[in-house]
Amino acid sequence: MSPVLALILKRIGIGVVLILAISALLFLGVEALPGDFAQNFLGQAATPEAVANIRRELGLDQPVMLRYLDWLGGVVIGDFGESWANGSSVSEQLGKRLANTLFLAAVAAVFAVPISVGLGVLAVFYRNRLPDRIINILSLAAISMPEFFVGYLFIFFFALQFGIGDGPPIIPDPRASVWENVQLVFLPAMTLVVVVIAHMMRMTRAAILNIMESAYVETAELKGLSMLRIIWKHAAPNAVAPIINVVALNLAYLVVGVVVVEVIFAYPGMGQYFVDAVTVRDIPVVQACGIVFAAVYIILNMLADVGAILANPRLRHPK
Amino acid sequence: MSEAPGTGPDSAAATAPGTVLEVRDLHIGATVYPPNEPPRDIEIVHGVSFAIEKGKVLGLIGESGAGKSTIGLAALAYGRGGVRITGGEVWLHGENILALPKSGIRGVRGRRVTYVAQSAAAAFNPAHRLGDQVVEAALKHGLMSRREARERARMLFETLGLPDPDSFGRRFPHQVSGGQLQRAMTAMALCPAPDLIVFDEPTTALDVTTQIDVLAAIKRAIEETDVAAIYITHDLAVVAQISDDIMVLRHGNTVEYGPVQQMIEAPREAYTRELLSIRSDIKPQAEDQSGALLQLEGIDAAYGEVPVLFDVSMHLPKGQTLAVVGESGSGKSTTARVITGLLPPRAGTVSFKGEPLPPALSRRSKEQLRQIQMIYQMADTAMNPRQTVAEIIGRPLGFYFGLKGGERARRVAELLDQIEMGQGFADRYPAELSGGQKQRVCIARALAANPELILCDEPTSALDPLVAEGILKLLMELQAETRVSYLFITHDIATVRAISDSIAVMYMGRVVRFGPKDEVLSPPFDDYTDLLLKSVPEMKLGWLERALASRRMDSAGN
Repeated sequence: MSPVLALILKRIGIGVVLILAISALLFLGVEALPGDFAQNFLGQAATPEAVANIRRELGLDQPVMLRYLDWLGGVVIGDFGESWANGSSVSEQLGKRLANTLFLAAVAAVFAVPISVGLGVLAVFYRNRLPDRIINILSLAAISMPEFFVGYLFIFFFALQFGIGDGPPIIPDPRASVWENVQLVFLPAMTLVVVVIAHMMRMTRAAILNIMESAYVETAELKGLSMLRIIWKHAAPNAVAPIINVVALNLAYLVVGVVVVEVIFAYPGMGQYFVDAVTVRDIPVVQACGIVFAAVYIILNMLADVGAILANPRLRHPK
Repeated sequence: MSEAPGTGPDSAAATAPGTVLEVRDLHIGATVYPPNEPPRDIEIVHGVSFAIEKGKVLGLIGESGAGKSTIGLAALAYGRGGVRITGGEVWLHGENILALPKSGIRGVRGRRVTYVAQSAAAAFNPAHRLGDQVVEAALKHGLMSRREARERARMLFETLGLPDPDSFGRRFPHQVSGGQLQRAMTAMALCPAPDLIVFDEPTTALDVTTQIDVLAAIKRAIEETDVAAIYITHDLAVVAQISDDIMVLRHGNTVEYGPVQQMIEAPREAYTRELLSIRSDIKPQAEDQSGALLQLEGIDAAYGEVPVLFDVSMHLPKGQTLAVVGESGSGKSTTARVITGLLPPRAGTVSFKGEPLPPALSRRSKEQLRQIQMIYQMADTAMNPRQTVAEIIGRPLGFYFGLKGGERARRVAELLDQIEMGQGFADRYPAELSGGQKQRVCIARALAANPELILCDEPTSALDPLVAEGILKLLMELQAETRVSYLFITHDIATVRAISDSIAVMYMGRVVRFGPKDEVLSPPFDDYTDLLLKSVPEMKLGWLERALASRRMDSAGN
């Protein structure tokens, strides 16, 4: 087996172990939460008998270990159980919500990644000159504004004042074309773009600048190459690993950190689903959302690591 | 650059026909940012002039800080870091390149003047194949088609003696050896068929046995392509083999400039003579080498599964110096690691004062640790940059002897005196010291433990010749004073000759020759020692050709 493949398989193995560990933490963490669903659900009618009945119905009288293994067995085959609140299948709901969230994240990513990497390269090109400073100041401003503020600004100015894009509620229509739905989610997607772009751009700039100090960039300069070719051909390929890492981190944020933006735009994604479930202590839904968020984070980071391994010529072309 | 005169035909006419490069009254400056002071401008090259004809090589020599590389890079109108060319003219074939606009300078670099860096390993882009990097400049300047460039690269690989020239270009930098990379860099510089190549210490980072081959390859390539060259080095013996003219530089000034024969055989300036006479005094070997402070017997060692030492045996009498020589990867430093206990051996014993030492560091007593100290090649990285000299030297005093306060300060002052640095250095940080001073502080730190044995791992190879000379002298004086023993690891035969009593020659993890100095350095030799000794550049014209003709085996990696 080639060393690259071994490294990648090892990395994937670590990812699987991590997800398992998080599932256990999640289950126990939710278990330790104060309050009781049955009490909450029954409200005034919470007689001891009724509470015990509901607990028996939901299997809450079983030992924790048993319930965890039962739940984990379901998760592995994609069955997240039923919602306590309304008895519907969590998997079904989750599927729709996840699709919506991934769609919103994907639209944001399609804009954010090329723009931020491009701006990063541009900032290096104009290092310490006016364009670099402007890019830096704007990105600092963007990073400093919380996303709910940016979201409300966008709704106020674009949707209300100029009639560009839709305000809340935004509900994607599965029957409409992809393009129509992209237009529909334009404002929430742009809000997300503003939130993640600065971090990626600054890391791209830093990664490439770091490489620009190296001896082989001097070699390229002494070959009489143009600055753009030096950045693009000689510096950027060696900055790929750190750039992939920051991109993956931000993609994960797009999926996981979308909660606030979804609530602002009343968008039927994972975030809203999660928030609603927490308010009524609908534990199966909370657990399902938690494990999906964790999995997205771990998988994206794993892909970043695999990408970084593949980007290393020493590993790709062994001696 | 605006003050440079225009490129009119009048001034160009002053250049003699056949001259490729003429540098007139070159001044180079930089802005320095001293701590706690406002930044100020300094001049690092103060008016240097020279000329090079087609097919000729000018050797620039001097210690670090003399301005050699800075002057070499000025031939490409390039200033490294914050360095600026502040005055003078650089005429390339009758054109002052300092007066050219940016695009014009780009047309000079990589096309008419090319550059070979000291560390090819750092100068090649790790992400691209060697072949693509070698032809890049020729292609981007539109000098030839991709096919022609590839063919020329193949031809150059062959001229430079690279293995498998047809497929060599398909490899990545990390897939070839250091000597091969240096030759590939020379091929890269030759590929666009430039008028001038600047070689910036191209063999300094190589093993002595590899250096001779690279040197020969560069010399042959220069002769065959009839290119003009600037060859920068701090090693006069190397530059004597390859140059037609030599310029000796010091602190940015020309000390002496003339044809190679005159410079080697009849130097006029005292400084040139000083450079020539380095390490002429040789310490006689100790008469009685029978005792053994340190004894290694049948040491086998491995890193993980990879065996690196095979049946290594040697001994070192008290108060003497044992030199361990060999090229990189021969197991010199690993032997030192075994002695310190950092790498417990698989077999064999290390005895100290007749008692076997526990193999692992963790099993040794504080007293055993105190008696063996180390000095490293990179004094820089061997010191905590956030500790003052007094803290660095004081640490072993506190650790081994429990000295505190005034007592410790007194001992630090004594040690600073011993290494010939004043007490004013006690409160300095390593960053405020020169390379030689840093190494002296490391020596004081080793001495602070009152050791019986100091393991010196190439302590002078990162230093300039004259500074290194000072360090060696200091070590010898300390030995005479304190009867400390040295195990001195080096790849420099001249150092070995100067300071050792006995020598162990290592090759591929084995000791191929061990004994008193005079015996080891006298024929008959085994093949490797023969190669090693013949590879050491001598300050004689024509040494390179004679050495290549008479050696019995090829160096590794060829």
